[in-house]
Amino acid sequence: MKALFAKPWIWSFVAAVSVWLATIGVTGGASTVGLSQAALTFAAFSVLVGIGQMFVITLGPGNIDLSVPATMALAGTVALKYMDGQNGLVLHGLIIAIFIGGGVGTLNYALIKALRIPPIIATLSMSFVVQSAAIWTNRGLRIKPPQVLADFTTSTSLGIPNIALVALLMSAVAWVLLHRTPYGRWIMAIGQSLPAARMAGIAVDGNRFVTYLFCAILAAICGYLLACFSGGAALNMGSEYLLMSIAVVVIGGTAVAGGDSNVPGIWGASLFMFLVVSMLNTYGVGAGVRLIMTGVIIITVILLASGRKDAIR
Amino acid sequence: MLLPPAVFEVSDAAVRFGEVRALDGVSLAILPGECIGLVGHNGAGKSTIVSVINGGLTPQQGEIFSDGTRLAPYGIGVARNRGVRCVFQELSLCPNLSIIENTRIMHRTLGGFGWRARARAIIAASLDAVFPGHGIDVGDQVGVLSIAQRQMVEIAMAFSDAGQPPRLVILDEPTSSLDAGLATQLLAHVRRFVAAGGAVILISHMLNEILETASRIVVMKDGKIVAERAAGGFDHAGLVKAMGSVATHQATARRSTGASQSVLDLPMAKGQPFRACKGEVVGLAGLGGHGQTRMLLALFDHHAPQWWPRRDPAVTFVAGDRRENGIFDRWSILKNMTIATLSDLSRRGLLQDGAETARGATWKTRIEIRTANMENPILSLSGGNQQKVLFARALSTRAPVVLMDDPMRGVDVGTKQEVYGIIRTEAEAGRTFVWYSTEMEEMQLCDRVYVFREGVIVAELTGDAISEHNILAASFEGTAA
Amino acid sequence: MRISTDMLRIAVPVASLLLLLAGVFYLQPRAMSYNGLNLLFNLAVPIALATIAQMLIMAVNDLDLSMGTFVSFVACVAATYLHDTPILGVLVLLGAIATYAALGVIIYLRDLPSIVVTLGMSFVWGGLAVLILPAPGGTAPEWARAVMISKPPLVPMAIIASVLLAVFAHLLIMRSSLGVLIRGVGGNQRSVQRAGWSVIAARASAYALAACFAVAAGICLVGLTTSADANIALRYTLLSIAGVILGGGEFTGGRISPVGAVIGALTLTLAGSFLSFLRISPDWQIGAQGGILIIVLAVRLLLNRLESKGGAR
Repeated sequence: MKALFAKPWIWSFVAAVSVWLATIGVTGGASTVGLSQAALTFAAFSVLVGIGQMFVITLGPGNIDLSVPATMALAGTVALKYMDGQNGLVLHGLIIAIFIGGGVGTLNYALIKALRIPPIIATLSMSFVVQSAAIWTNRGLRIKPPQVLADFTTSTSLGIPNIALVALLMSAVAWVLLHRTPYGRWIMAIGQSLPAARMAGIAVDGNRFVTYLFCAILAAICGYLLACFSGGAALNMGSEYLLMSIAVVVIGGTAVAGGDSNVPGIWGASLFMFLVVSMLNTYGVGAGVRLIMTGVIIITVILLASGRKDAIR
Repeated sequence: MLLPPAVFEVSDAAVRFGEVRALDGVSLAILPGECIGLVGHNGAGKSTIVSVINGGLTPQQGEIFSDGTRLAPYGIGVARNRGVRCVFQELSLCPNLSIIENTRIMHRTLGGFGWRARARAIIAASLDAVFPGHGIDVGDQVGVLSIAQRQMVEIAMAFSDAGQPPRLVILDEPTSSLDAGLATQLLAHVRRFVAAGGAVILISHMLNEILETASRIVVMKDGKIVAERAAGGFDHAGLVKAMGSVATHQATARRSTGASQSVLDLPMAKGQPFRACKGEVVGLAGLGGHGQTRMLLALFDHHAPQWWPRRDPAVTFVAGDRRENGIFDRWSILKNMTIATLSDLSRRGLLQDGAETARGATWKTRIEIRTANMENPILSLSGGNQQKVLFARALSTRAPVVLMDDPMRGVDVGTKQEVYGIIRTEAEAGRTFVWYSTEMEEMQLCDRVYVFREGVIVAELTGDAISEHNILAASFEGTAA
Repeated sequence: MRISTDMLRIAVPVASLLLLLAGVFYLQPRAMSYNGLNLLFNLAVPIALATIAQMLIMAVNDLDLSMGTFVSFVACVAATYLHDTPILGVLVLLGAIATYAALGVIIYLRDLPSIVVTLGMSFVWGGLAVLILPAPGGTAPEWARAVMISKPPLVPMAIIASVLLAVFAHLLIMRSSLGVLIRGVGGNQRSVQRAGWSVIAARASAYALAACFAVAAGICLVGLTTSADANIALRYTLLSIAGVILGGGEFTGGRISPVGAVIGALTLTLAGSFLSFLRISPDWQIGAQGGILIIVLAVRLLLNRLESKGGAR
């Protein structure tokens, strides 16, 4: 029990569960199933982009991918356009989305490396270009997703939303990558100290490249699924995920300075972020207060996290 | 006693960093109109005494006086108000600001309308006084200056006077990046400054500069002052002798280096090329910061993987600067140790816990890492044991060459002896070691030693020629460059 | 002839602006008029102000991800309180500036990542904006409106405002003691500290000054648009960062150029018009901004390389 409470991610779950209880308390348990399923569904999207962003943040200070929303929009748009509502092309669409993610990730790291600019600027410039490409392909059309996919993303298996299952699968993969493979150790080493990692003989460029690739591909998959879930790709569908992807990483107990990440925290934080919104909605609080609460939570978490660091030293 | 009170006096100062006694009861008084030459080899305590004088470091023991009054508490601010100025080897200017703007930062009292003109006048006057005909535009950004020009600005900044004249100027290797002409100008200015009643502490590896400029020479060794005489009392050979230890003892027997195969070569731009053979322990000696670390990094960068991990690395590195580029401070001892060999410890891309634990246990006993559990955080270990973990990390790779960048910094004597043994055994098994160290006795453990001065290999010593005297003689410039 | 680094730093943005301007005039000679210029650069004024604000934060090696939401918040305050009850409006804005100064201090004292703190603040500002103005609306203060639409003789207002801003920011940041101190903190904090300055005060003033410029940006924006909404300036976060970088600023080391930042903002605004004159779909406007950013960074890298090769002084 004590070991459990020493985990940095436990607090996001404690917070999520308390908010969940507070919400169903008000409604008298009437909406428990509906609320939980909605929470799992919407959290799943945050989880998908959050995991990618977490891997990037693991690489250390200054590493952040600002091109996540643009990648989501482009992947969603192009995939839907290609599939054109035909059930037979579902896999093709997914592969196209993954390729788009791969392309954006590669270009991101190419810019970082070739122009020797901080990742924020590289991914920022890239996001402008990608966003434009998305606008250009979209042209305001709203193409419906293939029926199979629309059904898949909006329905549940054994009471759990399919989207949440996909996110759970990806989380498991991410957990294995992070904790059970040399790659995970290497990126955590790079995040703790880039010079030390280099001196330990780690192939720094290769690992950083793969990480940016991974982040962009996850964003692309998320865009693909989100477009199907919401019945068509919208250009701004990724916009709220820029800040959200960073927020869930921070609240989930991952070290913002890099080198110390955890996958479960992303789930706790994503559920928490959605549940706070629905709780405040239940209490009849407006969007303004909701946003302010979100900001206050992020700042409180980062202040607490910095206190924890002091305690160790 | 007709002597004026000392501008500055340190009495019985002691500073300890953990096990290391950096200063061991040093007393030093600097009178007005005096230039003290301070010499000593690496770790003699020169920088420590300088930090004590400029207020950057509070000694655990000892008192500080100025003009006959005791200064307590003492700190950087008090030192500045007393007219103590320092020129360090590292850059202490803001590279993004112009020289004029840096003058503004250095002199807090310079503010008010028209400060630019005043700052320009002050720094230009000082530059003109120290380096006549310097050709530096004081409107230039510090970042675009050459290293020599930066050094000139730093020196001029220390001698500049904005209402509070400098009284004691400490120059730490001020000529290291100046050419002979500029060095002569600087030393001439030092003499003028001293003649006008100022005080200077001069630290330099160019012994002739010390001999020509200083009025009194202080020799330090192992945190103590071992000799102190008027400048006339020393000559070049005498100084080198005073810096060395009295009793020299040969630590271990060395193997004669036959013509075995070369495993590592690096042509140098100037001076002798570098070469290391199989099973050899090659030492890199000389004063700190004279190009040894740069060469090690060049060797490492040339062979290290960038994009694709390698199972069989060509070289491995043991860092001396543990906190900067050695340990991963969020991790356990075990993870720190195995990070360089993860490919060996995984099957089908997945890490094998059992193999990793076994590897940890093997090395824990082999080099005696003093911990109950390899899962403890790395920071729970003492500095020496952390260093042992870094050694284990490097030695457990399959790399045939181990590069070591002053790895014994801040390590206790017992641990050192253990590590020396390990190095010897590994070398006999065919590993090559390239070892930069600032400590004499470690150089005497090497089969062959290259002595560095100003980025160039100036001497190659083998066998019995590896002695403290020979290394010192090669590290310190004998005649003017 | 020797070219100073400052000149070189400013040369690339000036050249890119002139190139774009020449292109616009070539394609659409009618733009070369009083009204044409005013139309081209009108919206650049608030962006330029926000860019100067972002630049001040970057001068002390931080980054403000809340710039867009803060400007939106100010716009909402300006269109409501400042119009209806000017004294209350001024007090609210002063409070916001004080908050910025406090943020600067907290980030330094607790050694927090500025990205995450300002990310949290962006939710707070956004929430406050929604509370103040739940739906688009409000009215711009008459004086702000009057200034922004005024038609001075010979030279259009947008140009005059940009030039005045560039000169003022240059005097404040490049010529004054305070400006030197702020840039010194960015360049070598330790040596500034060693010379006896208070780093806390320097950082607090950098943040407070940034907030002042951002407030001006918000008021200008409302003056142009006559009404406000909570999302009016969200794009400014990324645009302001891009503008600083485009104008020769760097992420770290206190290397910034106020004149360059204004020019960068003008260039980014002009990029969109240029494309429309080229009859390229406006879809690519954002993409062009990203493209210009990438090209300018590449050119700068090239120039730096040439300089370090030829400049072995």
